[in-house]
Amino acid sequence: MGFLATIGRYFIGALAEIGRVSRFSYEAVTHIVRPPLYYPLIGRQMLSIGYFSLPVVGLTAIFTGAALAQQIFVGTARFNAEATVAGIVVIAIVRELGPVLGGLMVAGRVSSAMAAEIGTMRVSEQIDALVTLSTNPYKYLIVPRLIAAVITLPLLVIVANIIGVFGGFLVGTQKLGFNAANYLQVTMDFLEASDIYSALVKAAVFGFIIALMGTYHGFHSRGGAAGVGAATTNAVVTAFILILLANLIITINVFGS
Amino acid sequence: MSKTPKISIKGLYKGFAGNPVLKGLDLDIMAGESVVVIGGSGTGKSVLVKCILGLMAPDAGEILIDGKNIAASAKSLRDEFMKKVGMLFQGGALFDSLSVWENVAFGLIRAHGMAKEAAREVAIEKLARVGLAEDVATLRPDELSGGMKKRVALARAIAANPEIIFFDEPTTGLDPIMADVINGLITECVKDLGATTLTITHDMSSVHKIADKAAMLHAGKIIWHGSRKELANTKNPFVRQFVAGSADGPIKMALAGGV
Ligand SMILES: Nc1ncnc2c1ncn2[C@@H]1O[C@H](COP(=O)(O)OP(=O)(O)OP(=O)(O)O)[C@@H](O)[C@H]1O
Ligand SMILES: [Mg+2]
Repeated sequence: MGFLATIGRYFIGALAEIGRVSRFSYEAVTHIVRPPLYYPLIGRQMLSIGYFSLPVVGLTAIFTGAALAQQIFVGTARFNAEATVAGIVVIAIVRELGPVLGGLMVAGRVSSAMAAEIGTMRVSEQIDALVTLSTNPYKYLIVPRLIAAVITLPLLVIVANIIGVFGGFLVGTQKLGFNAANYLQVTMDFLEASDIYSALVKAAVFGFIIALMGTYHGFHSRGGAAGVGAATTNAVVTAFILILLANLIITINVFGS
Repeated sequence: MSKTPKISIKGLYKGFAGNPVLKGLDLDIMAGESVVVIGGSGTGKSVLVKCILGLMAPDAGEILIDGKNIAASAKSLRDEFMKKVGMLFQGGALFDSLSVWENVAFGLIRAHGMAKEAAREVAIEKLARVGLAEDVATLRPDELSGGMKKRVALARAIAANPEIIFFDEPTTGLDPIMADVINGLITECVKDLGATTLTITHDMSSVHKIADKAAMLHAGKIIWHGSRKELANTKNPFVRQFVAGSADGPIKMALAGGV
């Protein structure tokens, strides 16, 4: 009995949380479509989300691409299909690993930073102060971050994809003995436009998730420094899970064929 | 014939998860009046101000501004009200990502559409009025002392010459001389700008200097209110104890581990 009650409580709690997140994102989106938009703030967020994430996203991509080429070589060698290594690398990177790993790395960096910054503003009454200065906190804090993340993530993922493929190219040509021109040719032959759309759509969705979780948890944090800490953790954890879930849904339903 | 009060609070209830704080509070503030609310720590003075500003939703009761219930009004009316309001938060609530002058100029630029350069000039003038030199203007809030933060927050609250100003403990953390300067400034706001002010304070010298009227909050209600003169002569034992700052009397402070 106690066990069922616990499950029930969690279930109801989760539903209530989904309701709150939905209301929050509805409110935010209504402010996106109603002027004014604060363009300088969007620009600043794009810089901090995009430009400053380049090193971590780039490193992730090159290491992953390189390791992937090696692994796929081992796998394909078992049935003499080594010639397809370049093609499998590019598809795996562009369709899956570039967006997902890029999204996760940015979530770790950005969701946490957003939650910490906005959470601190909440507990030190800066958000209340915004209201008394006739500035809507959604317009000033939430909307610029959402817009910036949705625009920036696809750009970051394009960079991640290129660097990831390059990582595979390095291992392929330097260690596995592929001819450089041939490797690139196979890469281009395998890659289709739909792979790139898939990457961009995923990236935009992940960008929304990252900014939504960061701002939502920050905005609703309470209880001083410990509360901000909890908000930061929750922002990253929920962003990770939602990114992986959204990735699965998009992969199967939208780009499954 | 009585005029409509600028701010009228009727039967205000507000509590937090089993902790009732305000229990049917009534208070009227007339236009151009400086009202001071005194009361023990944790009696809900800051909560009262946040309810008036709409930053917290009351559990019950009405708050009328110029006779209109703001919470139940259209958004445009609430926006209008906010543009006429200044608020000094107890903790300052300065934006720590912005410089001092950007903090002070924030409302001027965002709510009143003032150009950046003009707003900066006003900000520097307001900073001078709270005793801060121009070279402070480009610092960040984390580079300021506690008392300086308070004064920047004060400059921000009065920057747009608001009609209604709330001061939550304006002199706490200031030296006595600066406290007197700030008290003078608050009096000026009322006299020169004709503002209506509600000030929360524990500082009796503040009360004597700025209050037209005083009100005492205790156990969730305004248990006494009257003019400054009446405050000095009242027989109300709660007020007398508070004014005298005595541990003996009807107000019992809950001390952890106490008897
Ligand atoms: N956001 C909140 N959540 C829960 N409880 C709160 C919240 N804000 C205030 N309280 C509670 O309401 C009560 C009154 O708080 P308030 O800040 O109004 O006190 P105060 O009269 O301003 O005290 P002080 O003079 O020390 O500033 C306290 O018991 C406090 O714990
Ligand atoms: Mg207080």
